[in-house]
Amino acid sequence: MVHGELWTLKELFVTPNEYIYWSVQIVMYPFMTGLVAGAFVLSSLYHVFGIKELKDIARFALVFSFALLFAAPVPIILHLQHPFRGINNLMTPHFTSAIAAFGIVFSTYGAIVASELWFLYRKHFVEQSQFLKKKQDKDFGEKLFYLIYTALTLGSFDISKEAQHKDEKAIKILAAIGIPVACFLHGYAGFIFGSVKANALWMTPLMPVIFIMSAVVSGIALCMLTYIVTMEIRKFLACKKQSPTYSPECREEIKSVEVNVIKMTAKYLLFFLIFAISLELLDLIFRGYTATKSWDVLRSVIYEKDFNSIFVFQYGIGNLIPFILFLLPGMTIRRAVVGVVLVMFGVFMMRWNVVIGGQAFSLTFAGYMHYHLPIIPHDWETLKEGLFGALAVFIMPFVLFFFLTKIFPIFGLKESH
Amino acid sequence: MNRREFLKNTAKAVAGVTVPLAAIEILSPARVQALKADSSVRWAFLVDTYKCVGCGLCVKACKNENEIPYEANVTRTWVERYVLTKDGKLYADSPKGARDGFTSAKIDLGMGKFQDIRKEDIKKAFFVPKLCNQCENPPCVQVCPVGATYQAPDGVVLVDRTWCIGCGYCIMGCPYGVRFFHPKYHTAEKCNFCYHRINKGLKTACVQACPFGARQIGNIKDPNDPVAKIITTERVGILKSEFGTKPQVFYIGLDEEVR
Amino acid sequence: MKNHVFRPLFAVIGLVVIVLVIRVFYVPKDFGVHERGYMYGWYREGNVSEWKTSVKVKYQGKEYCSGCHADKVQTIDKTPHAIIQCENCHGPANDAIADHPSEQRPKLTIDRTRAQCLRCHLKLVYPTSGRANIRGIDPEKHNPDIECVMCHNPHKPGLEGLK
Repeated sequence: MVHGELWTLKELFVTPNEYIYWSVQIVMYPFMTGLVAGAFVLSSLYHVFGIKELKDIARFALVFSFALLFAAPVPIILHLQHPFRGINNLMTPHFTSAIAAFGIVFSTYGAIVASELWFLYRKHFVEQSQFLKKKQDKDFGEKLFYLIYTALTLGSFDISKEAQHKDEKAIKILAAIGIPVACFLHGYAGFIFGSVKANALWMTPLMPVIFIMSAVVSGIALCMLTYIVTMEIRKFLACKKQSPTYSPECREEIKSVEVNVIKMTAKYLLFFLIFAISLELLDLIFRGYTATKSWDVLRSVIYEKDFNSIFVFQYGIGNLIPFILFLLPGMTIRRAVVGVVLVMFGVFMMRWNVVIGGQAFSLTFAGYMHYHLPIIPHDWETLKEGLFGALAVFIMPFVLFFFLTKIFPIFGLKESH
Repeated sequence: MNRREFLKNTAKAVAGVTVPLAAIEILSPARVQALKADSSVRWAFLVDTYKCVGCGLCVKACKNENEIPYEANVTRTWVERYVLTKDGKLYADSPKGARDGFTSAKIDLGMGKFQDIRKEDIKKAFFVPKLCNQCENPPCVQVCPVGATYQAPDGVVLVDRTWCIGCGYCIMGCPYGVRFFHPKYHTAEKCNFCYHRINKGLKTACVQACPFGARQIGNIKDPNDPVAKIITTERVGILKSEFGTKPQVFYIGLDEEVR
Repeated sequence: MKNHVFRPLFAVIGLVVIVLVIRVFYVPKDFGVHERGYMYGWYREGNVSEWKTSVKVKYQGKEYCSGCHADKVQTIDKTPHAIIQCENCHGPANDAIADHPSEQRPKLTIDRTRAQCLRCHLKLVYPTSGRANIRGIDPEKHNPDIECVMCHNPHKPGLEGLK
């Protein structure tokens, strides 16, 4: 069976080779890179622009961005017909292709985030390494951590005031470089679609900008969500009597910090959400107004075939409802959770409507293709490009984040700056 | 070390990461110029839609010749049927790419539905064979991230099956829908004008199989080539010129309804 | 050490060097920019000759058939079916067939189905197409249950060739 045939239904005049070749993993790919870019931009708001209210979430967002970074190329690799040849992308990159930039931009961005993390946690590495070095009769885990931390110091044990001052400067510079690179990383994900002239729905110069805006929205939303979950766990631990960190006052303190951070971050979320929606609507209105050759088929896809997923799920549930939720006065944690989950759903649906919606009509403009997401896997292809593959990609950064926080603790660090 | 030095070094690092050897290679225009020596062959294709009767023998021959699994619902070349009725409606189909010809007067609407059209209602009806246009500016080559698909010196666009990663970007990039994944090799696949045949002085399998002479192939750089003569001296059309791809498959008898 | 700030940079440079070294071994030597420049000519040169030689020619053409079956080709050449290649119905005459001594030669698989004839002879009233000029039938009314070759001889398609 041909790749794509399994989940594609054709209606009316569709040419023989047309199938939905880019399936759910290509929906996941811009979604995940969007989260990476968004999380990084959020952390940089503090490091570069010195927005003090975001201090608490900044460190958190940076570590999370690093965890997401590893998950971002996974959907692309899973979708490749020859996953082991993915390395060719770095070996013989062809820069006339937007995808070729992936390896390069992605590695550059990874190097920046890793360096920034290194400067942020250098003091911690040195302290841990020296502490574990002195410790007598280490068990296996401690020996392992000693090796990891010593390697992570990169041989530099200088944590004098002067050296720390340099670290701070470096963080600021890296965060500043990181913002355009993060935007580029995601903007060109938009470019991958926007530059496909063969596809009437994708081809618009607005695509990269739309992608960046919705990326920041989804990244902030995910950081807020994970932040809330982590804080709730801390609160839960704090009120558990047998827990060593038990203290009722501490619990109240955590709660007030949490609400403050969420309120502040929600403002930035709204700001970017307005931008994202305006651009998307501009694109839609412009297409309708100019009504070029492709408009007939696009209109039937947008207003008829995909009406539910565009206007009900994306704009309604994913944008309008959270918009109202965040604007209503008296923000609570519970409402924030509902809001950010809906926002993330909305951004996911936007990716879906771009990727799947762009393949919902034939090159003939006289036929349609319908996508049926494989749910129960019965072979390798339906596993990796089905519901489970997509879920695995989504869960991966959370698992990575859990392990990363073992090395990069996000709370209870003595402030270095 | 001061801030300026730091910035300078960081910039160097970023440049170091972003510029692999490949990029250095393109920066030598002299070498590229030297390589651009004109080849004396440029393959071009001519389709006479007036002659096509939709028998699909070309598709059958193509699939056998180029080892595209016969039952797989993909094909390097196909034939489309267009039926325009007096009430201004367009009905078009290409069941199985017309591998078995058009065995029914009913139009295949997909999803198991068929449309019967009374012969009195037909305003015009005709067949259009399709194949890779071997564009002068192939968008599929432009978007390939690894250089697995490329244009050979004689203008034919080929796919390197040992290097293709199977990302599908070229399939998305082609405005003509000629590309697909080979069911066996799982790499991008397309018509290459029967490259193994034309280089041995043979016609392509579809040209040879066509009983009506609806398909012809020739060298557009050879002034004595009969196909080149028709293309250069008669009125011919191309598909989807708005994409700027400069297709090298020329059509006699195109209609505005042809997609 | 004062310049610890450069440590990550060194790590990055190290990684880049590793990738470049791998590249030297991994990428085929003939991969590079060719005739059409970087935009359309960035490929492995060996692949062009691979395409020229690795695929076998299957359809040999009518000339090849007439080498042995000149009589058959001559009879059919007098009929409207002269335009049809032998291999369209008889199947491709692979080299393998010619290479075998005649007693061990595998049989070609001849397509004698109704569907094969209907490719052209299904009556389609398409006023602006060459199909309208071909004599055709309505397969549901014209002896629907039997093969065409039961009555018609494809090598003598006229009515005088009726069996």
